[in-house]
Amino acid sequence: MTKVTSLVLRRMRVPLLVLIAAYSISILGFVLIPGVDENGQRWHMNFFDAIYFVSYMATTIGFGEIPHPFTIAQRMWATVTIYLSVVGWVYAIGSILALVQNSLLKRAIEEGQFTRSVSKLGEDFFIICGYGETSRLLVHSLNSRGFRTVVIDNDSNRIDELSMVEIPQFVPALVADASNSNVLIEAGLLHEKCKGVIALTDSDHVNLKIAITCRLLKKTVSVICRAESLDTEANMRSFSTDYIINPFESFASRLAMALHSPSSYLINQWLTGVPGTRLLEPVTPPRGLWLLCGYGRFGKAVHRFLTFEGVKTRIIESNHELTNPPEGSIKGRGTEAVTLRNAGIADAVGIVAGTDNDTNNLSIIYTAKEQNQELFTVARQNHGGNEKLFQNASLDIVMEPSDIIAHEILSVILAPLLATFLQQAKTHGNQWACELVSRLIAIVGETTPDTWGIEINKEEAPAVLSALSQGQKVLVGDLNKNHLDREEKLHVMMLMISRVDEGAESGIRLITLPDEDFQLQAGDQILFCSREGERNEISWVLNNSNALHYVQTGEQVSEGWIWRVLSGRQRVVVAES
Amino acid sequence: MNLEKVVFAFFIVLALTMNFGFFVGDMNDPLHHNVYELYVAIVVNLVATVLKFGDRTHIGAVLLATSLVADLHLIAAAVAWGIGLYVLDMGNDVLGIVVSLSAGALLANITSVVLLVVETMSLRK
Repeated sequence: MTKVTSLVLRRMRVPLLVLIAAYSISILGFVLIPGVDENGQRWHMNFFDAIYFVSYMATTIGFGEIPHPFTIAQRMWATVTIYLSVVGWVYAIGSILALVQNSLLKRAIEEGQFTRSVSKLGEDFFIICGYGETSRLLVHSLNSRGFRTVVIDNDSNRIDELSMVEIPQFVPALVADASNSNVLIEAGLLHEKCKGVIALTDSDHVNLKIAITCRLLKKTVSVICRAESLDTEANMRSFSTDYIINPFESFASRLAMALHSPSSYLINQWLTGVPGTRLLEPVTPPRGLWLLCGYGRFGKAVHRFLTFEGVKTRIIESNHELTNPPEGSIKGRGTEAVTLRNAGIADAVGIVAGTDNDTNNLSIIYTAKEQNQELFTVARQNHGGNEKLFQNASLDIVMEPSDIIAHEILSVILAPLLATFLQQAKTHGNQWACELVSRLIAIVGETTPDTWGIEINKEEAPAVLSALSQGQKVLVGDLNKNHLDREEKLHVMMLMISRVDEGAESGIRLITLPDEDFQLQAGDQILFCSREGERNEISWVLNNSNALHYVQTGEQVSEGWIWRVLSGRQRVVVAES
Repeated sequence: MNLEKVVFAFFIVLALTMNFGFFVGDMNDPLHHNVYELYVAIVVNLVATVLKFGDRTHIGAVLLATSLVADLHLIAAAVAWGIGLYVLDMGNDVLGIVVSLSAGALLANITSVVLLVVETMSLRK
């Protein structure tokens, strides 16, 4: 029995008992009370007469058709039964109406609908726990890329908000506590199409619980978690969570990277950006004294990374007792000119406004700029609604936690190889990164490139696979030729190939930026990067044997069997230069 | 002692006893089969059915099913009696059908009581 019917039946128990009692007493009364017919004979209603009479009386239909006129005694009993049955019905109907209004039943119905729509999902989907600004971005991006999403949040207002926004596909959403393992199962954790769970709730503890639940219940599902403290991060890592995103840490590390190797920073930003948007201008944060306003989680992360890079910092923090900043820190909010002057703004080269209040952050930057025009400014944006303000504040870098998390998660989901590639890029140094930047610019122009990964297998690259299995060679250079004109190069670049290799240390060999004449193998995972929209062009070569044959040899194969017979296996040779 | 359990068991057992009271006796002797007894048996059975509503356990579901079967039999018996007597003018011949239908209900009611006893026994352990 489902929860809903069970709930309805249980609630209807008393009203139904009242109705049965009212009917049975009324019917019995009519059978027992004698009547008198036209001839003055005593008669008794039989059970059928009584049931018939009570049925039309109790429902207030009132036919008035009875075998003989009632005696006074019968009329008295009829009066009693009218009230008895009407009260019984009013009570029963009232209970049903109250039940419809009942929040418990509503919840049970919603839950039932949610579970049904989740179990019916036919495409790959992700479970997103917590619906905030990050999740909003993720739901939109994932849905527009052919994935489905299921949302859980314990705040009903947020779930209501989700139903207001326009998303092409239906997003099943449930108001529930995601740290409850049953809720995750209801949301489809054990569903075969569930590709991953993304834990983005405000509480680190809940995110951790989600990570543990997923690991224990389904090993194959990938788990992506947001963590705001290093403690939780380490704890999640111990549960082999696939990807942990700490917005403060990842921004601080990017800032440090920008100082240390501007080109690596650029590559990072470009490859994880939203495809189609304008490419980020190169930034070169200066070295020297940096002022950090706010020493919360964000301030601490930035301080640690900058100190590691050997950059001198001075902290401005209003609440020293709570945050416990290092010695030599200035007390104050940083929004006043006096505090900034005390901190030595005249000698500083950069300022990071990292408090959790957007107004204060903007005010800090404004005051600081008045004191020192040359400052490199970095500000933390807490709310998505303030985007316009931060855009117009002519800042050098804006750090928006929800944005950073969304981009990192997207890059992990859409191109799992990308994270590995960026990790590799760090080890190569600035010179290598500089070359890559110039190659990227040549390929992608002025918009953020589209980055995606494929595997040479039956689903994703059937043409390449069949060519390889026939013993033909497929080179890296073949794949970025246009299938309409092989002389024309596509704006596509192979960033990395990941190949299973028994000999390698981790069992996987990574080839970053493979040469044109590098030979592909079945099972290779390839990370591509292309100008937005050219992704479809390359899928021709991957999927269509004729297209692949053409880009390799320049020969055009006749398409159908009849044409092949008619042309007598002659191949039309297209102008080859 | 739980009053709810007392009422629950009371109605289930009463349903069986009333059913049995109506059933027992010579098949075609109207003196042995009182119409009031059938009436009470139906009412008590209906009450017992409603009392079993909303139990999500497996045994609860089976109990509900047996009650529904008994209801079906007894109501069919009452309807058959009415039609046989007033529509088809069968006189006391209809009694055979009525009593045999109530015998079916009796079986269902026995199952119900057995289940009740089994459940109570398992609670004791």
